Amino acid sequence: MKIKYTRMDRMILGFNSILLCLAVLVVIVPLVYIVLASFIDPTILLNKGISFNFSDWSLEGYKLILGNEAMIRGFLNSILYSVGFSVVTVVVSLFAAFPLSINGFVGKNFFMTLFIITMFFSGGLIPTYLVVKDLGMLNTIWAIILPGALNVWNIILAKTYFKGIPYELHEAAKVDGASDLLIFFKIVLPLSKPIIFVLAMYAFVGQWNSYFDAMIYLDDPNLHPLQLILRSILIQNSTDPGMISDQLAMAELKKLSEMIKYSSIVISSLPLILMYPFFQKYFEKGIMVGSLK
Amino acid sequence: MQGLVKTNKDAAFQMKPGKKMDSSLVRRLKYVRKNYFLYLLIAPALLLTIVFKYVPIYGAIIAFKDFNTIKGILGSEWVGFAHFTKFLSSPNFGVIFVNTLKLSVYGLLLGFPIPIILALMINQVRRAAVKKNIQLVLYAPNFISVVVIVGMLFIFLSPTGPINQLVMMLTGEPIRFLSNPDFFRTTYILSGIWQAAGWSSIIYVAALANVDPELHNAATLDGANILQRIIHIDLPTIKPLMAVTFILSAGGIMAIGFEKAYLMQTSMNLPTSEIIPTYVYKVGLQSGNYAYSTAIGLFNSVINVILLVLVNSIVKKLNEGEGLY
Repeated sequence: MKIKYTRMDRMILGFNSILLCLAVLVVIVPLVYIVLASFIDPTILLNKGISFNFSDWSLEGYKLILGNEAMIRGFLNSILYSVGFSVVTVVVSLFAAFPLSINGFVGKNFFMTLFIITMFFSGGLIPTYLVVKDLGMLNTIWAIILPGALNVWNIILAKTYFKGIPYELHEAAKVDGASDLLIFFKIVLPLSKPIIFVLAMYAFVGQWNSYFDAMIYLDDPNLHPLQLILRSILIQNSTDPGMISDQLAMAELKKLSEMIKYSSIVISSLPLILMYPFFQKYFEKGIMVGSLK
Repeated sequence: MQGLVKTNKDAAFQMKPGKKMDSSLVRRLKYVRKNYFLYLLIAPALLLTIVFKYVPIYGAIIAFKDFNTIKGILGSEWVGFAHFTKFLSSPNFGVIFVNTLKLSVYGLLLGFPIPIILALMINQVRRAAVKKNIQLVLYAPNFISVVVIVGMLFIFLSPTGPINQLVMMLTGEPIRFLSNPDFFRTTYILSGIWQAAGWSSIIYVAALANVDPELHNAATLDGANILQRIIHIDLPTIKPLMAVTFILSAGGIMAIGFEKAYLMQTSMNLPTSEIIPTYVYKVGLQSGNYAYSTAIGLFNSVINVILLVLVNSIVKKLNEGEGLY
């Protein structure tokens, strides 16, 4: 049946459309501004704003960023950390979730309580830092990967997903003499591609976008991920002197440091921007499974 | 079948503790031996939890000690609540505590309703393709890193930035958004909403999609307009979800994130931007005052747990006995 709209309804719907358009504009305009500004000479940007006269456009900002060693190293470090972190998180979560999804698994409640307590209580910044330090992990990739690898939400998500796999499959396999090992690797995991994908994506994005752990655990600039390099460009306003040849005048230096702000934002967000439209539905799915618990 | 075995076991456990407990223990051990692979699977997670979650919880006792890295956690002298009283009586305490509370409470009060309103609005869009594209755009900022968000704030709000160019046209004077302490909370909260509101609306959008269309049809036949249907059908549907979300965010009030506030801090806006987590970081890792910093962090967590319990009981009363637990 089709709902007939009264005049009042049409007014409300019209108003609704206007508000939604506004919301979309509020989100999109700053993003488009950054992308456009990354191609424009900063002096022109300052005086004229965004210019659509293409003679004002240049790729200088991108040349500087892509030619900069610190930036490239940061990019590679970020890829390494994000991929490593995703792999460890996903493997640990899936492994832990499988026993917890089995009815009659002895110790299930004990383990679950142990995990859930950590969602509400934590030792805090310094005690965690001291553990990482005492394990000799400072200035190693392990300080980035291991302390945050166990995320209770991920276990709950994976457990919920495993429970959705019909138990008859397990039983049939058991009758055929399959062990838990075989069931996990041959039956459960092949059916779990969506959840593996969701967990990996969440972990990758989270790690790619974070700077805090790297800031406290990694002193060595050679190990810094992209976000820390970005922080020095965007927020601390310190440009690596090597990026700009030293004969340039002060004004020129300032101009260029303005310029690389925009291009560095675009470059650093590129992997996620490219992934985003394809993976949006998986991210949503992840949230939905989580909210069912 | 498995569930049945378990009930029998529990019944036996209650009836005769002595002898039957042994056999229940034996049965458990047998299970563990037979299914040792399951325990191997859970072992890495267990190890990570113990090392990186429980050892630090134990390590937090340095909050009550005169901690010295050479003497270690056990060797250091007990000082009782000295660090806590020091913090509570320090001149910084009042300001930092109020800053933390204000930033979170204002953030919650503004940030909680907006995703709900957004979801109700998105739910009214009839054409699926349009709806999908709106969602695609509104969710996007969630994937931008906090460094970039703050970087964008600095670009847009700088004295020569685009916003101030507009302000200059109107008033002739740029507004110092980034260094004036009066603007810190506003910029922090509004940029947070810009980033998260769309993404936070997802669960509401999904819940609204599950409303039985017959309800709406019947209401329309009875002459209800869209606004009335939203109030009497849509809102009651998502009410339980709203309660849970509210409890969770209110319980996290003191657990406000460190990352963004720290990036947004300038020496000029510290009177409003210094909050407990940033203070913990500065006292602890920058000044090396481990024990004192841990005490402040612990104080924060305790308040947090109290808040969670408190909010849960209030919501339970208002929401006909439905709370988080």
